Formats: sequence, structure tokens, C-alpha cells
Amino acid sequence: MAPLVSAVSRTADPFVRTGKRPTLAVWKFASCDGCQLTLLDCEDELLAVAGQVDVAYFLEASSATVEGPYDVSLVEGSITTAHDAKRIREIREMSGKLVTIGACATAGGIQALRNFAGPDGGPDVSAYAAAVYAHPEILDTLPTSTPISEHVFVDFELRGCPIDKHQLLEVVSATLAGRKPQIPNYSLCLECKRSGAVCVMVAHGQPCLGPATQAGCGAICPNFSRGCYGCFGPHEGPNMPALGDRFAELGVDADGWLRALRTYNAYAGPFRKEADHVERTRS
Amino acid sequence: MAVRRLEAAALDALFGALRRRGYTLVGPTLHDGAIVYDELDGADQLPIGWTEVQDAGHYRVVRRDDDARFGYTVGPYAWKRYLHPPALRLWRAERDAEGGFELLDDAHEVPRYAFVGVRPCDVAAIAIQDRVFMGGAHVDHDYQARRAGAFIVAVNCTEPGGTCFCASMDTGPKARAGYDLLLTEIVEPGRNGQRAEPVYLLEVGSERGEELLSELGGRPARDDEVAEGERRLAEAADKMGRTLDTHGLADALRRSLDNSRWDEPAARCLACGNCTLACPTCFCNTVEDTTDLTGAFAERTRRWDSCFTHDLSYIHGGPVRVSLKSRYRQWATHKLGTWMEQFGTSGCVGCGRCITWCPAAIDLTEEVAAIAASAQARATRRQARVAPSPETGKGVGDAATTR
Ligand code: SF4
Ligand code: SF4
Ligand code: SF4
Ligand code: SF4
Repeated sequence: MAPLVSAVSRTADPFVRTGKRPTLAVWKFASCDGCQLTLLDCEDELLAVAGQVDVAYFLEASSATVEGPYDVSLVEGSITTAHDAKRIREIREMSGKLVTIGACATAGGIQALRNFAGPDGGPDVSAYAAAVYAHPEILDTLPTSTPISEHVFVDFELRGCPIDKHQLLEVVSATLAGRKPQIPNYSLCLECKRSGAVCVMVAHGQPCLGPATQAGCGAICPNFSRGCYGCFGPHEGPNMPALGDRFAELGVDADGWLRALRTYNAYAGPFRKEADHVERTRS
Repeated sequence: MAVRRLEAAALDALFGALRRRGYTLVGPTLHDGAIVYDELDGADQLPIGWTEVQDAGHYRVVRRDDDARFGYTVGPYAWKRYLHPPALRLWRAERDAEGGFELLDDAHEVPRYAFVGVRPCDVAAIAIQDRVFMGGAHVDHDYQARRAGAFIVAVNCTEPGGTCFCASMDTGPKARAGYDLLLTEIVEPGRNGQRAEPVYLLEVGSERGEELLSELGGRPARDDEVAEGERRLAEAADKMGRTLDTHGLADALRRSLDNSRWDEPAARCLACGNCTLACPTCFCNTVEDTTDLTGAFAERTRRWDSCFTHDLSYIHGGPVRVSLKSRYRQWATHKLGTWMEQFGTSGCVGCGRCITWCPAAIDLTEEVAAIAASAQARATRRQARVAPSPETGKGVGDAATTR
């Protein structure tokens, strides 16, 4: 993943002072559109967004497009085809700031499960393709799903599956103002405690990925008495083996721990390494 | 002030009297499998007939066989949630024509709370946060306003919980000061399926408390009733779920910064910060400045932070406390050691929250005791090394050469 303190925070010439309305483009790669929908879901704020930026390219919202270059590109989705690997480089070329939005763009997404699907734990898409498509032979796809940052430089990575609307507005506001986005990298538990939720691990004996997961969603699941699924990916320094031990004490076996790790952020470093370790060491 | 004896119905009268005086009532209530503090309409919302089982990383509510109103100890959240809220906007500003900015009037009403059911450890914790936020040259005005308005109904603990160690920290199980009213709940075990109603001993701690008395009913307590309350509290002191030997502890911690025993909690710690946010005395904040989409408005928000985040020790170039060991050590040594130098008291009141609500089940009392024991062993070894040898009358290597 790209460094979290990004070039966005070091912008010397914020758009607000130049007087011109910056152009914004929204791009889609392998993804479900959920993160783009989050942008559309900013109903109250969309007018303000539209007032501040020229939405020059956003097919989810409008078929009208303006040619680049663009001041800010929001990129949803992961790279799963050779064509997309080329396209993301072109987008990078014509973008001032490039911000990835969501788990697919930032960590490869759920489709990155193919990266471990081979018999040796390596990449293999054939089994999934056969299970999903009637004619897998017509697919032209890479054996891997990789985050945008494995292909081009990324200015800021916004986590989440899907992203959080407030965080999105914060990143856009910060980018426009030329300041560092206030997006924390610490554990979800801080947000959980601030929100007033009752800890499901302690009070209900439910496994929760919160202690390893980055804050951002506002602790939605614990507030509905469910453990965290890790949608926002690993936080700044998770202790994965220790959380695995704790899951085991709560009755989760190695398979269960592996399943917990291998969801939307399966390909993100700490989750991936822990899962690799579990797979290597279990009998 | 003489002790009074009240029937359970007096709690309704108490709620009514406080409400008539304009207080927002906050007290314990059952929510999502835990006893938490929330705004209450009446005494019937107290967790009547409930208690809880607490251990490291473990909490469950269970039924009692009586109708005690306060038959449990402390839950996941301390009263600091109300006195030092998890998020607070500090100011707002608008960009002005000259490119500068102007502060906007951001005055907001601070609620006047009556806290009902504050345990002795938490009464002590509030006094500690008073020192933190109001004791120095720079007073926290929001805290000060909330604190000045707050009415405190404390409740002594006759049944300490599984992770409690207030007796070790000298903050309970009986509250000494810092309350307006103080209750001791006396309830007999239920018999033959009959659930017993509790009665209360009431002590007054302030004029505000005194002023309420006439509305609460009851009668002066008899000597034997007062003695029974004292007896139960004395017994409670011996029934703490945890203990901590604080003798020389701060010093032992100071001498143990490089102790390899810190590796053990560090190997288990998740850096989740739950201990610090659950702790009633931890006060660390982060301050975030944001601008809106238009760039015309800015605001500054203060949020609860923790020494388990990288950001809390971030200085130019990166965080100072990167390893989990350094962060766990910071937490433990601040609570039980350096807090003394900083504020003149311990930073721990023995409420046990950090033990119960640690999802990794790390027990502060156990870790700190192990560190202290190891420091003691080290000191003994050193003493043995410098003790005079019978042959030469000199130390094996005297202090000057072993330094
Ligand atoms: S419920 Fe999960 S996220 Fe919340 S405090 Fe507990 S472990 Fe952390
Ligand atoms: S350190 Fe733990 S036991 Fe002590 S006051 Fe804080 S939460 Fe309570
Ligand atoms: S223990 Fe940590 S979070 Fe608590 S007051 Fe000390 S430094 Fe702050
Ligand atoms: S000691 Fe426990 S509660 Fe505190 S940060 Fe570590 S794992 Fe979390």
C-alpha cells in the first residue's frame, strides 16, 4: 500500500487559492460500484461538491464526459486485466492527485481471493471463473487482483468496503484545501469506545476484528452487537498472532480465523501474512 | 451529619427531587448485555435485580435473587463520558475577505447532570480528573462547567466485582469525600422465591445534598443499622477480585523501563486502546482541524485518544513509541508511576475496567506485580553483589566498580 501521509498533505498550491474550479474524475476498475454510490449518497453535500469542483468524468452519475487532464481522480476497483493495468497508467498520467477509494482499489478487494486460490496458495483464477461463469473460456483476466498502488503512485488511499461518506467528504475537502486529511490509522476500538458501544468480544464472547482493523466506519457492527468484519483493513500496527490466539480462546478454529482474515482486505499485508502463516502451520 | 435510613421507594423521590431542580439524570441501566450509564427517566430504569460477572477480558450480566438496585459494580464506560465527552468541538471559524479568518460564536449550553450510582472508585477518579483538567494553570473550561453543575449520588460497594481492587488503591469500597449524597444499599438474600427489597443508609456530603433531604422521607438510622452497613463494607474490602501491592511500586516501575518482562504483555497486546478509553482517569486527546468543502469554514474538534496509537507520540519524523512494548509500558508506568510526579496522586483508582474490557484479557495488576517482583529480585541481586565479603570486608565489586 502507498504511504498514508501522502503528497496530498504537501500540496503547496491549494486549489481554493487559485480561484479556478478543480476538475474531478471518478474511475471504475474491478469493483461493485458501492464506493461510487457512497459519493452519490452524499445527497446533502453533493451540491456543495458540485459547486466546488467540475465533475468532469463520472459515468455512474452522468454519461457526459470531459477530456482530461483532471485535478483530482477518485479511483474505485482493483486491477484484474492487462487492459486495466494499462488504463490506470493513463489515468495517472492525466491526474493531478489520485485517490483510491475502497478496499478493492486499496487492497485488491474480495476478488483478490484468487491471489491465494492455487493449490500451492499462489494465484489461480480458474476455479473461481468456472464456478461463476457459464463460459469461463471467453474471460480475459489476470490470475491476480491487485491494488492500484501496485501499479501507479497513489496520493491517498481511502479504506472501507464500502468507504465511509464522511471520510470521503473529508478527503475531498482536504485535497481541495491542500491539507492533510484527518483520516485516522488507529484501531477501530477507539471509535467503538467513543461511540458508546458495548464491546462484543468482552460482553458477548463474540470474535471481533476491531482490535486489528483501522477505524473509519464509526464501529457500525459492534453498535449492532456484531463483531467487526475488517472492512477497513489492518490498522497502523495490528498484532495479528495475538488476536488469532484470542479468537481461538473464543472458540474459533483455524478455518474460522482464516475465513475472518480472507474477506475484502485479504490481500492487505498484515491480514495476508497472518493467513499465510495459518495456512502453512495448520495440520 | 447523622446517617438516615431510607426505603427503596425513596429512590423515586430522589429522582423526582433532582429532576425538579433541573438536573439531567444519568445512571446505570441495562443495555446490550451490559450495565452502562445513560440518561434515565426514573428509578425503575435502574438494573433492578441484575449483577455482573467480571474477569480479565470477560463480562456477563446475570440475574440476582433479590431486587437490589445497585447490586453490581462498574460497567464499560466511566462518568468521564459526560464530564469529558468523547468528541467536543472547540471552535469554528469562517474565512474572511482579507484571507484571514474570524472565530464564530460557538457557545453551547453545558448540561447539568445528576449522576446517580457513582461508585467510590469513580468518585476518586472524578477527583483525579479535576486535578488534571482544573488543577493547573490552564483550566479546561468545558470540563469546569460540566463539573460545577454535576450532582453526585455515590453508592458504596458491599459486593466488589471480579476485577475490582479499590481497597489496594485506597479509594473504596467506601467513598470518603467528593459526593453530594452517599448511599449504602442493604439487601437480604431472597428466600423461598421471595425477592427481597433493599433498604438504604444515606449520608450527606454537601449543602446541595442536605437541601434535598426533606423530600426523601426515611428516618434516622439506628446504631445497629449503621454498624451493619460498616460491617458489610469492611467485609467487602477483603473480597476484592484483584489486589495490587502499591508499596514502592512507582519506584520499582521507574527502575524497570528496560525490564524484559514487558515483552510478555507486549506479545499479547493488540494496541486497541480499550484500556485507556475505558479508564476513568485517562485524559489523552487528539485535536483535529478540518475545513469544509467550500474551504470557507474550519473547525477544531477534540477527541479521546490513547497512548496506544502511533499518533499520540508522533513528532517530526515519526512516532516515538513504535513498539507495542513501549506503548504498554507507557500506559502502565503512567497510571501507576509517573502520574504521581505529574499530579500528586496515583492515576489508578482500582476500578478494574482496563482488565475487564481488554479484549486480550491482559491484567494490569498481574503485569505490574510481575515487573515489581522482577525489579525487587534485581535489587536483591545487586545488594548481594555489593555486600561486604567476610574475608576482605569489601564488596565483591563495590559500588564504584559495578556501576
Ligand atoms: S466490539 Fe470489537 S471494535 Fe468494539 S471495542 Fe470490542 S473488540 Fe474493539
Ligand atoms: S488503570 Fe485500570 S483499574 Fe486503574 S483506574 Fe484505570 S481502568 Fe481502573
Ligand atoms: S495512560 Fe496513556 S492514555 Fe492514559 S493518560 Fe496516560 S498517556 Fe494518556
Ligand atoms: S492492554 Fe488490552 S485493552 Fe489495552 S491496548 Fe493492549 S489489548 Fe487493548
